[in-house]
Formats: sequence, structure tokens, C-alpha cells
Amino acid sequence: MSDDISQRVVGDLIEGGIDFVTTVPCKQLAGVIDELDKSDQIHHVPSNKEDEGMGLCAGAFMGGKTPCIIMQNTALGVTINTLATLIQFYQIPLPMLISFRGELGEPVACQVEMAIHTKPLLQQLGIPTFHFHKREDVEELPEILKYTQMCSKPTAILTDATFWRGVR
Amino acid sequence: MNRSEVFKSIVPVITDELVICNIGLPSQELHMLDDQPTNFYMLGTMGLCSSIGLGLAMAQREKVVAIDGDGSILTNFGTLPTIANNVVDNFVLLIIDNGSYGSTGDQPTYTGKKTSLAKVAQACGCDNVIECKAEETADVLKAALEGDKMTIIVCKCESGNIPVPNITIPPVVIRDRFMTEVEKRNR
Repeated sequence: MSDDISQRVVGDLIEGGIDFVTTVPCKQLAGVIDELDKSDQIHHVPSNKEDEGMGLCAGAFMGGKTPCIIMQNTALGVTINTLATLIQFYQIPLPMLISFRGELGEPVACQVEMAIHTKPLLQQLGIPTFHFHKREDVEELPEILKYTQMCSKPTAILTDATFWRGVR
Repeated sequence: MNRSEVFKSIVPVITDELVICNIGLPSQELHMLDDQPTNFYMLGTMGLCSSIGLGLAMAQREKVVAIDGDGSILTNFGTLPTIANNVVDNFVLLIIDNGSYGSTGDQPTYTGKKTSLAKVAQACGCDNVIECKAEETADVLKAALEGDKMTIIVCKCESGNIPVPNITIPPVVIRDRFMTEVEKRNR
């Protein structure tokens, strides 16, 4: 975990107008969550489950906020109905910053099981998906945030272990 | 008194409030009785009514009433600790607890048996939890809206349904007219 990349990500979220974030933690995202809590420009609401978090984001959006959800890819399994019947059905823009567990560098075998399904599920749902693997991929984050608002869709930003370590 | 009768009794109290309404028959009943741009009807997504309501209450100044059900709260139990630990005094959660999954044919829920939602909410840390009889709901809700404290109301009522038409308003229209109203009231 590198603090400078977490600072960069949270800085880009703030710069991109994100002012409401719900999280369910992942080890890979611990630095980002720390940075969120340091910021007074983002209202951070930890949630107990990712679909609950998406409900909070939908409400916040209707109240004029620009929300983002931060979660692990394993949570796609519990959010498919919410993505289809709330976020997509009502056309709510929602960037999902997702830790992509189960990729190279993964120590836990079980994480690979959902990693295999992550991109096919997102593709099946018609969710624009971006994969941050190299450190410089972070440069696309500001454009992805604009793109999400432009098309009023959920978007997935998959961030793998190599990205967070900054090694190839 | 069943849920649709509870709705009839609370319409005068909520007609001018921002309302997030639970999926299925509750939204259909509210739509039939008192369709308003200030009503956000959930057309899908079982369980998230209270979460959407809390998110909305956190994001702006106006009072928000989330009208949820026992089955929906049971589906999203994690919502109660989140509500308890993120107090916003413009939020009222009304749980119409008829002890059954009304929209799917009145199959019993556990709240009609041993589980008390009011006690669960209290155990989760919610401060102002009121359990009331169906007949008292309108008065309790009115008082909650007049007091500036986040309140959880558990209204115990009978199960049973009436025929109601489906909602045919497109979801984006429901969302857009609701947001226009929210924006206007926060100016």
C-alpha cells in the first residue's frame, strides 16, 4: 500500500466533484479509506453491505450530491439487482472504485474465483469498465469521473494489486 | 387496519413531504391515493428504501420520510446500524409492519412471530424508536415530523391487500420530477 497513490486517487475524486462516498473495506483500499477520512470535502458513510451503499448513493444523488462507491470486486455478486433495478433503471451516475482482488499478486486462492467472473459480469450488465493495472493508469481517473456524469451510468474502475503496489 | 388503510390515514400528513416509498404495493397504493412529484416510488430493488431515504436526508436540508416495510427491513438489516450511527434529524423512517410479505401474497415474516423490529432498532443504537398501533400512525408521524429528531416508527398493522394499478410512470420521470422538487425546496 502506497500513500501517494491513495492521496492521488482521493485528490482526483475531490477534484472531480465527488462529495459523498460509501465504502465497504478491502485491504487493498485501506489507504484510500484513510485518505477519505482525512478529507472534509467528502461525506464518507461506511456501509454494511454494498447494495445498501448503493441505496445511500442513490439517495444522496437525488439530494444533489455527486456520489461514489468504493468496494471489492467480490461484492458484485450482491449488487447485481441493485445495479440493474436502481442505478441503471433510474439512470443514476455512479463511479464504482473497485479493488480487483484475485489478480496477479493475490495470496488468497478463493479471491480468484470471483476475479474470473468480474469482467464477464460487468460486461453482461453493460457497465463501462476500466482496469487500472500500471501506476500511470490512474491518469485516466478524472476523465472516467466526467464520463460517468456525462452518460448517467454506473462505471467500474477495477484496481488490481499491481496497480496499488506500483510494480509491473 | 391494514397497510392500505394506514396509507389512507397518513396521506394528509405526508402529502407535502419528500417521501421515499417501498417497492411493490406500498408504492402502488401511495401512487393511487396521492401521486405527487414529492413521492419517489421504488419500482425495484427490495430492501433499499431506508438507505435511499437516509442518503437523501444526509444530502440536503428538507425532511425526508422513508416508508418501508418489515420484509424490506429484514432484507437489509444492515441499514439499522448505519441509520443509528449517522444521525440526521431531518429523517423519519416509518416501518409499516404487517408481519407479512404483502406484495408477494402475504407470506408471514418473522416480525409477526418472535422478532421485534423496534427492539432490533434500539439494539442497533437508534435513539428515538416508537412502536405504535396502526390507528395511531398519523399522529405519531405528524409529531415526529414536527420534532426535529431522527425518528424510527414501527407501525404494527394487519396484513391484507387491496387491488391497485401498476405504476406506469417511467423511472427516469419519477426520479427527475422528484429531484426537481428537492432542488426547488433547497433553494
